[in-house]
Amino acid sequence: MIAEIPQGLQELLHQVTGYIYPNEIEIHWSILIVVYPYITGLVAGAFILASLVKVFNVKELQPTYRLSLLTALAFLLIAPFPLLLHLGSPLRSFEIFLTPNLSSAMAMFGFVYAWYLMGVLLLEIWFEYRRDLVVLSQSERPPLRWIHRVLALFSRDASDAGLAFDRKAIKVITIIGIPSAFLLHGYVGFIFGSVKANPWWGSVLMPIVFLMSAIVSGIAMVIFLYMIITAMRNEKIDMKCLDTITSYLFYAVIVDFSLEGLDFIHRLYESEESIKILGELISLKLFMNLVVLQILLGMLIPLGILVIARLKHFNDDMRKLLYFIAVILIQLGIFSTRWNVVIGGQLFSKSFRGLMTYKMEVLGMEGLLTALVLLALPFVILAILIRILPTRRLGEPPATPA
Amino acid sequence: MNRRQFLEGTIFFIPASAVLATLAREAGAAETTAGAGAIGSYVPANHYYGMGIEIDKCIGCNRCVEACKAENNVPPEPFYFRTWVERYSIKRNGEAEVECISVDTERRSETPEQEKDTIRSFFVPKLCNHCAHPPCVQVCPVGATFSTVDGVVLVDDNRCIGCRYCIQACPYGARFFNPRTKTADKCTFCYHRVVKGLNPACVEVCPTQARVFGDLSSKASRLVRFQRMNKTNVLKPALNTEPKVYYAGFDGEVR
Repeated sequence: MIAEIPQGLQELLHQVTGYIYPNEIEIHWSILIVVYPYITGLVAGAFILASLVKVFNVKELQPTYRLSLLTALAFLLIAPFPLLLHLGSPLRSFEIFLTPNLSSAMAMFGFVYAWYLMGVLLLEIWFEYRRDLVVLSQSERPPLRWIHRVLALFSRDASDAGLAFDRKAIKVITIIGIPSAFLLHGYVGFIFGSVKANPWWGSVLMPIVFLMSAIVSGIAMVIFLYMIITAMRNEKIDMKCLDTITSYLFYAVIVDFSLEGLDFIHRLYESEESIKILGELISLKLFMNLVVLQILLGMLIPLGILVIARLKHFNDDMRKLLYFIAVILIQLGIFSTRWNVVIGGQLFSKSFRGLMTYKMEVLGMEGLLTALVLLALPFVILAILIRILPTRRLGEPPATPA
Repeated sequence: MNRRQFLEGTIFFIPASAVLATLAREAGAAETTAGAGAIGSYVPANHYYGMGIEIDKCIGCNRCVEACKAENNVPPEPFYFRTWVERYSIKRNGEAEVECISVDTERRSETPEQEKDTIRSFFVPKLCNHCAHPPCVQVCPVGATFSTVDGVVLVDDNRCIGCRYCIQACPYGARFFNPRTKTADKCTFCYHRVVKGLNPACVEVCPTQARVFGDLSSKASRLVRFQRMNKTNVLKPALNTEPKVYYAGFDGEVR
């Protein structure tokens, strides 16, 4: 036996049910590939929430505007790492830029990512913060003064005319940014949806389902962070803002649920060659993750909570509690959705005759620990970003203390 | 040129020459790929390869699998196969029971249980289908997997980044991730032998000539004769991958 053979394959051989092609015993896309669409989904969702303020002029969401942008940035910075760590030869990853195969959806990753990071997100954040950075750098002491001066790209214009231009620029960028955010996550869905060899993935609805679940997870994440941050700062939550965001969350969950339901009914009704093995996949391998975690805990219960919170006239504290529980359950549900797509799609044989097992590593490069670190890093980055880039505009009245 | 101009020039020159050197290397690599296999008088454009498999002739001896592993340095463990043999037992109710006789070498030597409800059984050798419309080539982000002009799908393991998208895209389970090279791996039709006019190793060792290798572009080839003499089918035709491994005596249960 050679040393590089992944451990445990022999053991997995005994856990196969039915018949699988012999090369299929190894599950190729691990938990890191679950983390990747989860993270990009949060980016797209947070950005779309931010754009509600600028393009659709939803004033109530202003308190979360900057937080949404910084959340999107913090997660976007980590998004390539699960992919890089997963590659067999990561040092060759630059080849995606040098010799991209134009017929490959995956080859577009670098370009979509670079465009979204530099053409949209960083640009919008810069215009949003430019004047504040100029003003801050004039009143602060080093080293923050230097940091802010560099971040403002040495701009010194704090005039109203400059600010008006910034606002116009932000509007244009956001208008370009919405389709870009759709592209970023719809494209991730396309990577899976275009695999015709895999009936669990191959669906024309996949990009749009990915997109809607991205919006759900992004909004839920911003609500979670907003509630946590205001609590940490001992400030009062803007309930008007919170009620408005959760109503958007509610509609997004409804659309997401309808799309996933449509996908499910369509498969069941068409009842193609693969239906039997997919039925076994759900009942034997994914029951807990799909039916309990994704649908029941991650979608139906939060939906019920949001309905109750809207219909009953609870006081602020009760509503806050209900919203908080709902957004945590939604995060759990969306992570399960990603798991069920990525891992679920690899648990049945393309012979449609058998099921495999995924045994997650704990400490390895593609193990649980790496995934947890990658999931925690955006929060660390966000904490640093918030320290440097204030989430409240200069001159804006501070929130009333709780 | 004063000192300032010289320094400015140097600052520009170093990154520019690095970029040019990389591009030149890439261009060189592309050229090698196009000319791969041009050994001696071999002209790739004059050939278009495929394989025929006569299911009724296969006796399930597994010699092809062993020859392939030896010839191509395929890891010996039972998780890595460029070719393998499946045994189908068709039951009275029409359902098939399938097992891969190449995985469990001990069980292979056992005579299969003659269950009462088995009405017939047969062996099906499997390998990469060298599709004319290969999904693996379509999805490879860096073009490491490519179709040659002579109709063979190959992997350039100096270019493969190991993302494994091709493994996901292959409907036939013909690809695996080579733990030594950390790249995708699969049947090459023994391209190194074919360009020298030899047969692939699996074809060479088959004692019953169940496997026929040949040139689809030559009317006189054994493969074209095989197609003339047999009614053939390919695996999963509905996926429109246009496989070039043709099976004679194909049962509807085979997939």
